[in-house]
Amino acid sequence: MTTLFELFSRHHVYMQEESAPGFAPACLMRVNPDDWGRIAEAARTENCRWVAAWGEDRGDELSVNACFEKEGAYAIARTGVPRAKPVLPSHSPYYAAADRPERHIRDMYGIAFTGHPDTRRWTRHQAWKEGEHPLRREFPADGHPPVPTAPDEHYPFLHAQGGGVYEIPVGPVHAGIIEPGHFRFQAVGETILNLEERLGYTHKGIEKIAEGRDAMALARLAGRVSGDSTVAHAWAACQAMEKAAGMEIPERAEFLRAIMAERERIANHLGDIGAICNDVSFTFAFYQFGRLREVWQRVNHEAYGHRFMMDCIIPGGVTSDMGDQVTVAMEKQITFLRMELEGLYNIIDDLPSLEDRLDTTGYLNPDTARAFGALGYVGRASGMAFDVRKDSPYAPYNRFSMEVPVYQQGDVATRVKVRAEEILASCFLMEKLIDELPAGQIRRDWRIPPSGAEGLGFTEGFRGEIMTYVRFGDNGRIARFFPRDPSWLTWPTLEKCIRDNIVPDFPVCNKSINGSYSGHDL
Amino acid sequence: MLRILNKIQRIGIITEPLPETKEPALAEIGARLKEKIGKLFGGSLAIRQVDAGSCNGCELEIHALDNPYYGIERFGVHFVASPRHADMLLVTGPVSRHMEAALRRTYDATPEPKLVIAVGECGANGGEFGVSYASCGAVANVIPVDAVIRGCPPTPMDLMRGILAAINK
Repeated sequence: MTTLFELFSRHHVYMQEESAPGFAPACLMRVNPDDWGRIAEAARTENCRWVAAWGEDRGDELSVNACFEKEGAYAIARTGVPRAKPVLPSHSPYYAAADRPERHIRDMYGIAFTGHPDTRRWTRHQAWKEGEHPLRREFPADGHPPVPTAPDEHYPFLHAQGGGVYEIPVGPVHAGIIEPGHFRFQAVGETILNLEERLGYTHKGIEKIAEGRDAMALARLAGRVSGDSTVAHAWAACQAMEKAAGMEIPERAEFLRAIMAERERIANHLGDIGAICNDVSFTFAFYQFGRLREVWQRVNHEAYGHRFMMDCIIPGGVTSDMGDQVTVAMEKQITFLRMELEGLYNIIDDLPSLEDRLDTTGYLNPDTARAFGALGYVGRASGMAFDVRKDSPYAPYNRFSMEVPVYQQGDVATRVKVRAEEILASCFLMEKLIDELPAGQIRRDWRIPPSGAEGLGFTEGFRGEIMTYVRFGDNGRIARFFPRDPSWLTWPTLEKCIRDNIVPDFPVCNKSINGSYSGHDL
Repeated sequence: MLRILNKIQRIGIITEPLPETKEPALAEIGARLKEKIGKLFGGSLAIRQVDAGSCNGCELEIHALDNPYYGIERFGVHFVASPRHADMLLVTGPVSRHMEAALRRTYDATPEPKLVIAVGECGANGGEFGVSYASCGAVANVIPVDAVIRGCPPTPMDLMRGILAAINK
C-alpha cells in the first residue's frame, strides 16, 4: 500500500518525513511554510479528507499542524513560521472545512493566513483585544480581561438586501434548554435565504488551562470538553497521552472503555431521536425515547457510579471494573432495548405526520458533505461512510467487524434513520464486547513520558471522529492539548442544509445535526 | 394511530406509582415542591435556564427533569422561553467571558422578585475551568446568587432537592 507520505511526494512538494512514535500509524511530514498551501492542494488532488488544524507556540517559531486522512490512514503535515513574521498560506481555498479552524488559529496565535476568504475574527469576541493572542506563551492564563466584558455587538454579519428580506437574530440565550450561540437568519416570508452562525460564546480557554496539568487532570478536563461526549473525549485524550508515553493498557481496559463509549453513543442517540420528534411536535416519541434514555443512564449509574460515566477513563486504563451483576444487568437491558425499539421504530418509520415534516427537510447534498468533511451521522446520511471504529480501527474495535449505515438522501429523516440503526449496531457490538471481555487488570501505572513526547488519539464519539493532540513538557506536565470535536466539521453543514427551508424547521434541522457548542468553542 | 395508542396504554403512566424504589425521595420531594410552589408561586414556578458556558452536562440533566420518570411539570415547575416570564434563573457555568454580558442582560430582564440558582460545580465555584482570561468562574462572580446546586453534573434528584431548598429559603 502506498503511504500517504509517498502519495504527497508525487506532487513535488518538498517534505521531510519526521519520526513521531506517538503518532503511529500516522506519519508526520515537515513542510516548508512557503509550500503550506501546496500540501493542501496535493491532499485535495489525492482526495484526502481534511481532519484538523492546530497551532503551537514553540518559542522561536509558531508551529502549525494539519491532519489529513485517506482510506483510514492519517498524516500530519507540520510547518513553522517565525514569531516576527507569522504568515502562512491558507488551506481554506482547497478545503472549506479549514475556514473556521484557521480563523481560530489566527485569533489564538496571531498567524495570518494568506488567501483566506474571510478576514473576520472567529473565537475572539470581547474578552481580549485585537493583537492579543491567548495561546502565545507570553499571554498569561489569567489574561487581563476588561471588567465587565463588553457584549460582542459589532461583528460584521453578512447582510442580504432586497424587497421583503428581513433578518432574524437568535441567541446567544436560546429559548430552550440548550447551549448558547448566535444565529443570524435572512428570510423572505417563511423561507430562509441564508443562515450565519456566530459561535465562540462558550469559549472557556480549554487549550490554555490544559497547559501545566498532569495526565490525570488532563483526562478530567478532556471529559468536560463536551459533556455529552465525556467518554469519547476522555478516551481520545488518554489514547494520545498513552501513545506519547509509549505505554499499552490492559486488554480488559480497552474493552471496558469501548463498552462505555457504546453506552454513551446509545444514550445520546436515544435522547436526540426523541428530541427531533419533539421539535415537530410528536411528543409521544419524545417521552418514549426519553424514558429509554433515563433507564439507560440509571444503569450507567449502577455500573460506574456516574450517569454519564465521567472520569471513568483515566491514563493507563479505567477506574471501575465490571462485575457479574453489572454484566447481567447490561445484557438484560440490551434485550429490553431491542424489544422496545422494534415497536417504536415501527411507529416512527411510517407515520405520515412525521414523514411530512422530516423527509426532504434540511437536505445536505453529498457533495457539500464531502467538501466539509462531514462526520458521524451527518456525514453518513449524506454518503460519507467514514467511521474510525471501522476504517482506522483502534483497540478493541480492530477485533470486530461492524456495520456502518450509510445513505445518500441527506435529509433529517435519514439522519434519524442512521442514528436509529447505529443504536442497534452498538447493541450488537456491546454484546460481543461483553461476551469476549478478556480477564486481567483494568489499569496500568501511569508512566511519565519524556519532555517533548507527543501523541495523537482518535476515537469515534457519537457525533463522529474525535482527534486529540497532546504534547508533554517537563515532569509529565502538559505543554499542548488540542481536542478536535467533530462539531468543527458539522456546524458549517447546518448553514448549508438550512437554505430554502422554512424558519419553523430550524430547530429540527439544528437538532438533527446537533453540533456541540462547548466542544467547538473550547 | 392504533399502534401509538396501544403503546401508550401498555406503558401506562410511569411517573406514578414509581417503578423504582431506589429513589423514594422523588415522591416526597415532589409533594413538598408542589405544596411550596402552590403557596408561594400560585401553583406555578417559571424557570428560565441559562447556559452561561457549561460543557452541556448540566443541561442534559436539567432536560432529564422533563422525562416521564421525574416529570417535574406535574409539581408545578415550568421551563419558560423568556426571562421576562421567569421567577427563577437556573444558571450553569462557568460563566464564560463571552457570555458575561448576555447573562447580565438576562438577569436584568427577569422581573423582581427573582431567585437565581447556580448549577453544577462550575456554576458554584468555577469547577474544572476556574477563573481565566476566558472564564469568570462561578455564577456569583457575575450576578447575585441565592442558592447553589453542586455536582458534576448534579443528578435530576439533586436538582429537584436544590430547587426545593431554594424556594424554602
